[in-house]
Formats: sequence, C-alpha cells, structure tokens
Amino acid sequence: MSGNGDGGLVRARGLAKRFGDFAAVRGIDLDVRPGEAFGFLGPNGAGKSSTMRMVACVSPRTEGDLTVLGMDPLTQGPRIRARLGVVPQQDNLDTELTVRENLYVYGRYFGLSKSVVRAKATELMEFAQLADRADDQVEPLSGGMKRRLTIARSLINDPDLLLLDEPTTGLDPQARHLLWDRLFRLKQQGVTLIVTTHYMDEAEQLCDRLVVMDGGRIVAEGSPGELISRYSTREVLELRFTPGDQDPAAVEGLAERVEVLPDRLLLYTADGEATLAAAHARGVTPLSSLVRRSTLEDVFLHLTGRTLVD
Amino acid sequence: MTTTDPTGTNTRTAARVPGTVRAAWLVVEGRWIWYRRNWRSSVFSTVLQPVLFLVALGLGLGSQVRPGAATDGLPYLQYLAPALLASSALQTGSGESTYPILSAFKWQRTYHGITATPISATQVLAGQLLWIALRVGFSAAAFLVIAAPLGALPGPGVLLSLVFAVLTAMAFVAPMVAYSATIETEVQQFSVVMRFIVMPMTIFAGTFFPVAQLPVWVHPLVWLTPLWHGTELCRDAAIGALELLPALGHLAYLVALVAAGVHLGRRTFVRRLEI
Ligand SMILES: Nc1ncnc2c1ncn2[C@@H]1O[C@H](COP(=O)(O)OP(=O)(O)OP(=O)(O)O)[C@@H](O)[C@H]1O
Ligand SMILES: [Mg+2]
Repeated sequence: MSGNGDGGLVRARGLAKRFGDFAAVRGIDLDVRPGEAFGFLGPNGAGKSSTMRMVACVSPRTEGDLTVLGMDPLTQGPRIRARLGVVPQQDNLDTELTVRENLYVYGRYFGLSKSVVRAKATELMEFAQLADRADDQVEPLSGGMKRRLTIARSLINDPDLLLLDEPTTGLDPQARHLLWDRLFRLKQQGVTLIVTTHYMDEAEQLCDRLVVMDGGRIVAEGSPGELISRYSTREVLELRFTPGDQDPAAVEGLAERVEVLPDRLLLYTADGEATLAAAHARGVTPLSSLVRRSTLEDVFLHLTGRTLVD
Repeated sequence: MTTTDPTGTNTRTAARVPGTVRAAWLVVEGRWIWYRRNWRSSVFSTVLQPVLFLVALGLGLGSQVRPGAATDGLPYLQYLAPALLASSALQTGSGESTYPILSAFKWQRTYHGITATPISATQVLAGQLLWIALRVGFSAAAFLVIAAPLGALPGPGVLLSLVFAVLTAMAFVAPMVAYSATIETEVQQFSVVMRFIVMPMTIFAGTFFPVAQLPVWVHPLVWLTPLWHGTELCRDAAIGALELLPALGHLAYLVALVAAGVHLGRRTFVRRLEI
C-alpha cells in the first residue's frame, strides 16, 4: 500500500457517493500508481461502477477528496477526460453509425484532426479485429463485437489512463485472451489501467494490485498473491456431495476454515491431501474430491460470503 | 518504471478540450455523418408531406377561395405557403425533439458516451439544438425550392420567413428537448404532446384560416402557441408587410421560449448526465 499520494494517477480519500439517501460508495481511499494495472473486485451493487464513474469525471463525488492525473474532477473534468479512455459497463455506441464512423466521430470529440482520427480508426479496427466490418452498421453486430468496438473506441485518444468497467463481459474466451494481450501491451507502453471484473482469472492475469469492494467499502487491498496468502490457506480441499447431503459438522476441526456451498464443502488447509485422508478416516464419503491451490475466488468468498459470478 | 508523468501533458495524440462552440459543432458533425447517409428516409415526412398539403389545399381547395381581406388579398396558395413553412418546420422539430432525445439518454446512451469525452452535458445540449435547427432549416429550404415553381411564394421576403420558421420551430423544440430529457420510461408522454399540443396547434394557429374565425374565448390559447406568432411573422415577411412593433412582440415571445427551453434543458441534461 502506498502511504503518500504523490505521483498517484488517482488519489482518493474518504471518497463517497450518494444517490438520494442511498450510499453507493461509503468513504474509500485509493492510490493508483502510474503504469500499474489496478483492479476492483466485488459483488453486484458493491459500488465499483459508481467509483469508476467518479474517476471518469462523469459523476460528481458527494464527499471526500479525489484527484485524477493530478487534477480535481470537479473543476478540471474536461481536461482530465481528454486524457482518459473509458469503457463503460453498458455499451453506448451509436448503433445507427458504422464501425468506422463510431470511431471517427468519437475521436473528433477529443479535438483530434480529421486525418489523425481516420488513421487512428483504421489502426484500431485492426486492433479489435473488426476491419472486415469497418463499413457495416453497428446495430446488427454481435454483443462481443460491440464490446470490442467500445474498447477500441476508448483508445482513440491514446489515453494515459484507461478505465475498463467489466471489459470482457460477453466476450468469448478467444476474444478475452486477445483483449488481455492487448491490455498487457498497453501497460508496457506506460498506460495505467483500472479494471473492474467479476472474473478472478482476469483479475489474476491483469492486475498488479486490486481492492475488494463490498457494500460501498473497500474490504481488502493488495496484490493477488498477497490477498491469497492473507485471506486464504495454501490449498483448498473441495468435497462434492449430492446437493443438501453435505454435513459441515462431520469435517469440523479438520481445516482452518470451512465454506458451505450448495453442492460442496470447501476445506481451507495447508495440506489438502492430508486433510482428505483425515476426512476419509472419519468416514466422510463425498461423491468426489479435489485438492487445488487457493485462488482469488476463495479470498472473495471469505471476504464477502459470495462467489464471484453469482 | 514508467514514462507517464501524472501532471504533464505527454499524450501521444494531441487530445484537446474543444471550446463550447467547437464542441457543439462536433456534436453536429456526428449527427451530420448519420444524416448524409440517411436523409432520404425522412424526406417524406419533412418535405414531401408539406408539399402535398400545399398542392392539395393551396392549389386544390384554394381554387375555390376568392382572394379577399381574410387572405390578406392574396391567392390562397400564397396565403398558405409561408404559414405552412412555419408549421412544417415546427412539426419537423417536434419529431426531432422526442424519441431521438429519449433514445440518446436511455436506449443508445450516446449522450453518456459523448460526456465521457472532454465535451460536457451543456455542450451536448447546445450541439443537439443546433443540429435540430439546421435540420429544420434544410427541410424548410427544400420546401421553398419546391414551392417556388408552383407560384406559391409571394416574394423574396420568404427568405426572411425561412429564418422565422426555424425560430418558430426552436421555440417549441428547446422546451420539448428539456422535457424529453426528464423522461425515464416512455409511456404516453410523447403521444399526448403530439395529440394535444402539436396537432391542435398546427390546425388552429392560423396556418389554414385566420384565427379571427375561431370563437373569441379560444384566441388567448392560440396566442400562447409559438406557431401563431411564427405564422404571423412568416406571412408578413413573405409579403413584405412586417410592422415593427408587432414583429418585435412576436420575436420577443419566440426568443423567450427558446431561452426558457435552453435554460431548463441545461438543468435537465446536467441532472441526467452528471449524476
Ligand atoms: N444513478 C443511480 N441512482 C440510484 N442508485 C444508483 C445509481 N447508480 C447506482 N446506484 C446504486 O448504487 C449501488 C452501487 O451500484 P454500482 O453500479 O456502483 O455497483 P457495481 O459494483 O458496479 O455492481 P455490478 O457488479 O452489478 O455492476 C447499487 O445499489 C445501485 O443500485
Ligand atoms: Mg458495475
């Protein structure tokens, strides 16, 4: 964790957002460093998008301090936005325009010249593998293609900071890997990334550091590795049962912690095989068993009591 | 570890913050790119429909109307044409200020896309209104071009009528856009506006016959409509009979409606987009 905010691309202290009486974000501190990939994990309604929208300078904060790229969104919103790339959770393409026109029109909003935008649009259509649909209207494109176009569009101004709100939701596995690869390259070029996601593999692959949000608060912060070692054990023993058949009492004392899922018991332990042997010795007979390493999913389950994709 | 200077301006492209006029113009440019491929689909309702009215009523029915005091001494065709210019401009504008606005907020969310760039909610409103004014202007100009060879235009003053027609349309458009920006779920609002405001206005605000023919108690209602003021201006301008004081009065009323609409629209756009 960085104590000082100097040099932070995004710095928040006690940042809060209320909609009427409802507090969506309840006082969070953030420091996003230049060049890093920073992630937000959290269940539905945790306040991830509300936070992203404040950072994107489209939603004024209710309370607290916030600086983005060293400027205050309340007074310097347009100047900050000129240097941001934004992929909102919900696509907002102009579906009556073609793929190329969407990129062109959007680039112009950043005050870029026609020739620069034209060249950039062509480059980004290659990037998003949409070149063969360049002059097709957006309306009939598949959800994944629209998503790719939204992502391409966010890069039209060569942003310093890229905000991606669930960028790969709706993408097929191949497109997700392609995107991860592209984001990785952008990162190497010095672009700072802030990503929200419900996919823990995405968070593990992409993020140097992440926070877990729940109920408008940050409940944990660290690198994926740190979070796993802090909030979970080295290994997890999964015992599968016919739904309803599992009995947590039967494995009591065998592991540091037990999570009960509808069809499974998760036993958090340093040595999964040894715990499995101990369970067998007690006469526990699951349908099947599996020993695996802890993942962010386990951290998430522990911190929020929910699975990532519910 | 990094080359990015958080406070510097070392972006690779030269992204800039456009000024308000330029920002509004960029929003217009975005709409224009769509329009130049799709204008054909709207030509019927915005240009041909008023021309059909002009032919059917002006030439057809008008052949039975004797020029007289009620028609300012003009053939009915020429009495009708400048007023139809104002009325169809208002109708074109009203179409552009309902569903397209709701869609840009709710279905396509294109306004949310634009306000994620350096362009602000107020500039989006400015661009949208400017675009509607231009679009109304194109349609009105096309109407004049078709009406001229029919002998429907009383004189060169119709060019001034064209300006007044656009102003008339905007006097309805600006408040309507402000209202459309408040609609979260479309139930009946737009059809109520069309049926109970736009339709009666186009029939009774003096386009087809003098308001004096209506019962006296209706007159104040007619005077409230932007179309009546616009019709007076357009008709008088076309025949070169503008009188200073009445004209200023009509203009002031229309400009006030535009100003009120813009003022409300700024609030509703900001409230909806910067939430
Ligand atoms: N414009 C709004 N008006 C009222 N309430 C809102 C608004 N936007 C968000 N909220 C509420 O704030 C809370 C946080 O929403 P937010 O979209 O930030 O969550 P999230 O973490 O992004 O969730 P998800 O994973 O589902 O996208 C939710 O309870 C939501 O209903
Ligand atoms: Mg969200």
